[in-house]
Amino acid sequence: MNPKRKQRLMAVGLIVFGVSSAIGLAAYALRSNIDLFFNPSQIATGEAPLAKRIRIGGMVVEDSVRRDPESLQVQFALTDYKNTVTVSYTGILPDLFKEGQGIVTSGELNGAGVFEATEVLAKHDENYMPPNVQRALDKAHESGAPTEDGSL
Amino acid sequence: MRKRILLFIPLLVFIILVVLFNAQMDTDPTQLDMARAGQPVPDFSLEALDEPTRTLNNADLPDQPYLINVWATWCPACRVEHPYLVDLKEKGINIVGLDYKDERDKAVAWLTDLGDPYSLVLFDKDGRLGLDLGVYGAPETYVVDSEGLLRYRHIGIVNEKVWQDILRPQLIEAGWKP
Amino acid sequence: MIPEAGHFALILALCVSVLLSLVPLAGTYLKVPLWQQSARPLAVVNGALLLLSFAALTHAFLTDDFSVVYAASHSNSLMPWYFKFSAVWGGHEGSLLLWVLILSFWTAAVALLSRQLPLELKARVLSVLGMINVGFLLFILLTSNPFERYLPNSPTDGADLNPLLQDFGLIVHPPLLYMGYVGFSVAFAFAIAALLGGRLDATWARWSRPWTTVAWAFLTLGIALGSWWAYYELGWGGWWFWDPVENASFMPWLAGTALMHSLAATEKRGVFKSWTVLLAIFTFSLCLLGTFLVRSGILTSVHAFANDPERGRFVLMMLGVVIGGSLLLYALRAPVIKSRVHFTETSRESFLLANNIILFVASLTVLGGTLFPLAAEFYDYEVSVGAPYFNLMFAFLTPLLAIALGFGARSRWKTTSSARLLDKTVIHAAISFVAAVIIPWLYGEFFFLAMVGVFIAAWVSCATVSDIREKTRNKGLWRGWQQTSRSYKGMIFGHIGLAVMIMGAAIVSHYTVERNVRLAPGEAAVFGDFLVTFDRMEKVRGPNYIGDAATFDVFPAPGETAALAGLSPAALKMKYVGEGAEPLFELKPEKRRYVVSSSLMTEAGINPGLFRDIYISLGEPLGSGEKEQAWAVRLQYKPLVRWLWLGAIFMALGGGLAVSDRRYRLKIRQRIDRSPGEPAITPSSDVDASVLKPIAPRSGA
Repeated sequence: MNPKRKQRLMAVGLIVFGVSSAIGLAAYALRSNIDLFFNPSQIATGEAPLAKRIRIGGMVVEDSVRRDPESLQVQFALTDYKNTVTVSYTGILPDLFKEGQGIVTSGELNGAGVFEATEVLAKHDENYMPPNVQRALDKAHESGAPTEDGSL
Repeated sequence: MRKRILLFIPLLVFIILVVLFNAQMDTDPTQLDMARAGQPVPDFSLEALDEPTRTLNNADLPDQPYLINVWATWCPACRVEHPYLVDLKEKGINIVGLDYKDERDKAVAWLTDLGDPYSLVLFDKDGRLGLDLGVYGAPETYVVDSEGLLRYRHIGIVNEKVWQDILRPQLIEAGWKP
Repeated sequence: MIPEAGHFALILALCVSVLLSLVPLAGTYLKVPLWQQSARPLAVVNGALLLLSFAALTHAFLTDDFSVVYAASHSNSLMPWYFKFSAVWGGHEGSLLLWVLILSFWTAAVALLSRQLPLELKARVLSVLGMINVGFLLFILLTSNPFERYLPNSPTDGADLNPLLQDFGLIVHPPLLYMGYVGFSVAFAFAIAALLGGRLDATWARWSRPWTTVAWAFLTLGIALGSWWAYYELGWGGWWFWDPVENASFMPWLAGTALMHSLAATEKRGVFKSWTVLLAIFTFSLCLLGTFLVRSGILTSVHAFANDPERGRFVLMMLGVVIGGSLLLYALRAPVIKSRVHFTETSRESFLLANNIILFVASLTVLGGTLFPLAAEFYDYEVSVGAPYFNLMFAFLTPLLAIALGFGARSRWKTTSSARLLDKTVIHAAISFVAAVIIPWLYGEFFFLAMVGVFIAAWVSCATVSDIREKTRNKGLWRGWQQTSRSYKGMIFGHIGLAVMIMGAAIVSHYTVERNVRLAPGEAAVFGDFLVTFDRMEKVRGPNYIGDAATFDVFPAPGETAALAGLSPAALKMKYVGEGAEPLFELKPEKRRYVVSSSLMTEAGINPGLFRDIYISLGEPLGSGEKEQAWAVRLQYKPLVRWLWLGAIFMALGGGLAVSDRRYRLKIRQRIDRSPGEPAITPSSDVDASVLKPIAPRSGA
């Protein structure tokens, strides 16, 4: 094979190999590392999977934060104004975590319907509503999901 | 020539991306309609901010088109929009204030210091009415027509631009005569 | 009056930019030298006008002029003057003005420092920069005017700056980052000018190389500073979050690194010409894309620039015009003629190609992960791509890059004998392997990825050192080193910086010890090899905040961790303090409440060190106890965390060295002596002369 062909072949081979292995890996990594996002109503209707890492977003219900006096365990309710879900978390909450504030949290839903959070995210700016929380709230409204007491 | 065609690939990929972004922009959350458009102001029974003993309800609301402004002393953006609300009051706009999840003393002091643009201030300590209205955060401003129906919700501060471009036309549509 | 003057200066700058983008370019087509020469004064005037405008806005902040809406919403009379100053770029409008100011600064710098550039090329480059100026000035004037006023009633005081941003880091981080971001516009302008002129040769690469390197060095520093700021200011000790906004700055960095290397190959050997042009466009496109993502609010990010669809739409439009236009130009005019330059599999060219592919794929990986949620939303799924995705991708790509680097550093242009390359490989691999075993052993635990990290860090260092020894073998190490060119030294610094950074990342990611505990004053806790006692809690008062300041004493407790685990906090403290042990040091983390915005802020207490940081931050108070209040406390031991930023400083230093190389200055002078009109590049003997021929436009076959 003449050196020019060989060189070109090598370059093309390298590129094809590099790009395809990266795409393959990316697809694999994405599949196992995407967190689906749900709102409390979707959890109430059973749309969200159990024991799988997901994210939920909503507003922290006023006066719902309960702390265990002896440990860092904390519990609060998250609402989209239609339904609420209880979230349990052990650790330090971010500075901007406040009752009545929109937050996003990731973790798993357990059999008892409690969301066991591993991470709680509040935003840098308290006047700023995370777009996905906003959408979660709006979706809950649009979908007309029944509220806890059954009314619409 | 075949090679030349290959050079168009980046352009193509880019065009697809732009289309994707553009579609995304249409679903921007701030553009979404409020959930309760066309519905009456929810029933409420709240204390007046300045007189804890006086209970206000829907009958106390104006019967001409007006604005409901959701504010609180903990909300920095409310401080920014406040002077403009005072301006609006001077222009004869009827604004009902909804003091949202706030402390009464601070709120009264705020109005004393910065001026009171409101014809009426509802003290919504627990955020009940706010919850019924679907308030996401302060500040928000609602347009209500003479029938007492909610017509429009604006999220964020009110300034000259918002007033001229959005609220004024909405208010006129609601039956207000400048 | 001053804000109006600032606004007016901005409008004038727009007019000047419009002239700059049209007149010199038209001059190159109509062959009117005078029009072409107008580029220089126009660029300088544009820069001066923006400086005026920026000064006007700064004046409004420093004098507490809250009639200016932007100042009222981002400043407060209680803030110290330096934060008032940095608050100028604390929000969308002001940071955009800073962006434009820096853009105009780069434009003026190109105009002033490129006297030796052929007139036509210079006119084109400056016109392209002028167009970018026009785009951003329109953006700022139409959608984000920072000089808007409250009239007639203005607030008596401002709303205060987000407390997170009231920090030294924010004073410096955006300007540095923008210097980098915007700096790539120069490389972009050179590429576009070359395409427009149909003259795509090694000259182009030579001219844009130093500019690219400077921009890259700034971007490196800017990103590192952002990481450092997040580390100490966010209070949880993380240094990289794969947040969309961080990604927005990391993507151009990856692409820019690739560009810097492929420019070297293009300049030295005339290879990869089309690719390099595409990379220049790609890098700047990623900068624009980053701006779009940050400012349109279409992605969920912790960096809050309030959503504004109008602004997003505008940037998207600009993105479409600039990137779409340049890619179209590229498709039509990029050379498809095969350069007849030969190199073998083991040549430096090959390794640079590998470097480019890996870095390019890396930037696509980040891009994909950042945009995937958007694409998923299209199908009505709400997803987020977490850090594990990015970590996995980089755990795969970084070793590849480092291995290619190890070979590349020791290879030569054109061809290197495989025997010579393989000669030391075994030794280097062996040294690296030993390091990869010993260092994790020192930390007491083996993690596969930590071992890989140490291995590649050692591998890169070995190759770099071996190359230095090779280079200096005739003169002795020190004298030889002194005689190497600055651009060579720059390269060495850059590569060592990478090794240091990889080392830091590998170690800190795996050997960080973190404990979240509940502590009241008087209690103690153990973590890693340390014992921490919570000494006391005091109230503090700053200029615009009130806070709680805790005092912690840290004692050494080597190896006793297991034995101590069963003891009660009080017993722990007795055991150490009771015996009169001296604390190693004292840390004072704070919890602050900023009065005006009533927002909470965590101020971490950090004891820094070259080999480890001890990091203590306060969570929230946990109920009000009988006597003294308990707090949630986060204790962290972070080994080698400083190496991350040290590595970045090395890299930036390397960039600085490379640019100051005599080569650039000397050649410049020679060229002036010769003929100023012609791109008088001397083909080095080993470059095929065909490379240097101007490429005729539309030469399809």
